[in-house]
Amino acid sequence: MLAVRSLQLGYGAIVAVRGIDLDVGAGELVAVIGANGAGKTTSLRGIAGALPARTGSIVFDGEDITGLPVHQRVARGMSLVPEGRGIFARLTVAENLDMGAYLRRDAAGVRADLERSYALFPRLGERRRQLAGTLSGGEQQMLAIARALMGRPRLLLLDEPSMGLAPLVTRLIFDTIRSIAAERVSILLIEQNARAALELASRAYVLEGGRVTLAGPSADLLSSEAVRKAYLGE
Amino acid sequence: MLGSIYALVALGYTMVYGILGLINFAHGEVVMIGSMIAISVVVTIGTGSGLPGPVVVLAGVGIAIPACMLLGALLERVAYRPLRDAPRLTALITAIGMSIVLQNLAMIVWGRQYISFPPLLPSEPHAVLGATVTGTQVIIVMLTLALMGALLLLIHRTRLGRAMRATSQSPALAGLMGVDVNRIILFTFMIGSALAAVAGVMIAGYYGQAHYHMGFMLGLKAFTAAVLGGIGNVSGAMLGGLALGVIESLGAGYIGALTGGFLGSHYQDVFAFAVLILVLVFRPSGLLGERVAERA
Ligand SMILES: Nc1ncnc2c1ncn2[C@@H]1O[C@H](COP(=O)(O)OP(=O)(O)OP(=O)(O)O)[C@@H](O)[C@H]1O
Ligand SMILES: [Mg+2]
Repeated sequence: MLAVRSLQLGYGAIVAVRGIDLDVGAGELVAVIGANGAGKTTSLRGIAGALPARTGSIVFDGEDITGLPVHQRVARGMSLVPEGRGIFARLTVAENLDMGAYLRRDAAGVRADLERSYALFPRLGERRRQLAGTLSGGEQQMLAIARALMGRPRLLLLDEPSMGLAPLVTRLIFDTIRSIAAERVSILLIEQNARAALELASRAYVLEGGRVTLAGPSADLLSSEAVRKAYLGE
Repeated sequence: MLGSIYALVALGYTMVYGILGLINFAHGEVVMIGSMIAISVVVTIGTGSGLPGPVVVLAGVGIAIPACMLLGALLERVAYRPLRDAPRLTALITAIGMSIVLQNLAMIVWGRQYISFPPLLPSEPHAVLGATVTGTQVIIVMLTLALMGALLLLIHRTRLGRAMRATSQSPALAGLMGVDVNRIILFTFMIGSALAAVAGVMIAGYYGQAHYHMGFMLGLKAFTAAVLGGIGNVSGAMLGGLALGVIESLGAGYIGALTGGFLGSHYQDVFAFAVLILVLVFRPSGLLGERVAERA
């Protein structure tokens, strides 16, 4: 589904991601963990096309998309839920969800999915006419995820969906991610909460200083000495 | 009357500012070029064609609009897009540069003299509610209101308008929704320029003449109107334009009395800039502008 090879990314003189290899299979849930500043967000933005690749390649569904602009990657079935709840604060909840379906032409399907979003997150349904900027942090994260699903993506890129959320909301978000994965949507999940991410994902990568330093099945990483020490606080 | 023209021009400033954070100082020149093109068309087919006056003017409008849209698109594509990530000051200086380029271009094409708009539109006065208005004035106001209504519908009720609002809040995020941000920006310039073309024809019809330098003062006043309404806010630009028109005409009427006859009504331009300064000092966010906190 997704194959990233020797991808290098940066900002001006800064090289933030120094050649990573990363794969996500069809219907697979893969996690990326790493400390602050390791290059997790940068990698995800590079995959989504929000940041141009310096070198390396990104292949999606057999097609080399390395040079494609972000909106054309969305058209091919990728969707990024950005770090820190990127919602349109001055659009209503319903308008935000409509933006998620921007490229879809099947009005009836979009309407049905809108109702599904409200069924999934009833709090969004109650607030559909409200400006998204007035939602609580947890509700904004729900909106960002629901909006990404409105595009019916085949690959969902999630950047720290639990950041700054209360435990109860975090649980709700993780349950949602699990049920999205159960519908065979491929997911690449970035998380600070390494334990939760490893328990959810089948495989994971550890990113340090812009490089992949460990990779493998989540179960192996969960029992690895190095991971337990550095990321599970043991 | 002038207020509706200011409003149409102010919309172009405010829509571009809303998306790019750029004050497109060349916008007044787009209005001027709209005037010039419309007059050229009207003069070419006008006299002796036997067509009714309004039809001839309509032909002028019909050619000025696409011409100005093309011009707006060119400005965006050639002058501003390469500077998208440059410091704001660079883009601002480029905008002023483009304004000078267009003025000089117009001077070369149409000359330095005033060129006059043939009297093809109804100019006999009617008494309406105690005021004297001409048919042309009525047309200007009605057309402005219709265009504003259409624009509000576009922005608030269509998929394209939603994409425009999303892009103005965050281009990066809009891109992640699959919006082709470059196209939306180009389109915004084109809509603003189409309105500018209509305003250009109106002002040529209103004053009966046009001049290569007319875009400068008009642009400044429309910019003032946009700031008065709250720059970046579409309804604000409409309100600001109409309000500035009223302030100016009231001001022109009373300035003699206020200064004991020292200043005459040709000092009416003073009011626009007094308004600009007062707004910038006391309420920089304008009448309908968002509070600064909301922008964060
Ligand atoms: N817009 C930017 N301009 C310059 N440098 C940046 C920019 N964004 C990130 N960086 C740098 O790139 C490196 C990687 O940042 P990135 O945001 O990818 O880390 P991260 O792993 O997502 O961290 P966190 O867990 O804190 O979200 C950091 O050193 C950061 O300072
Ligand atoms: Mg990050």
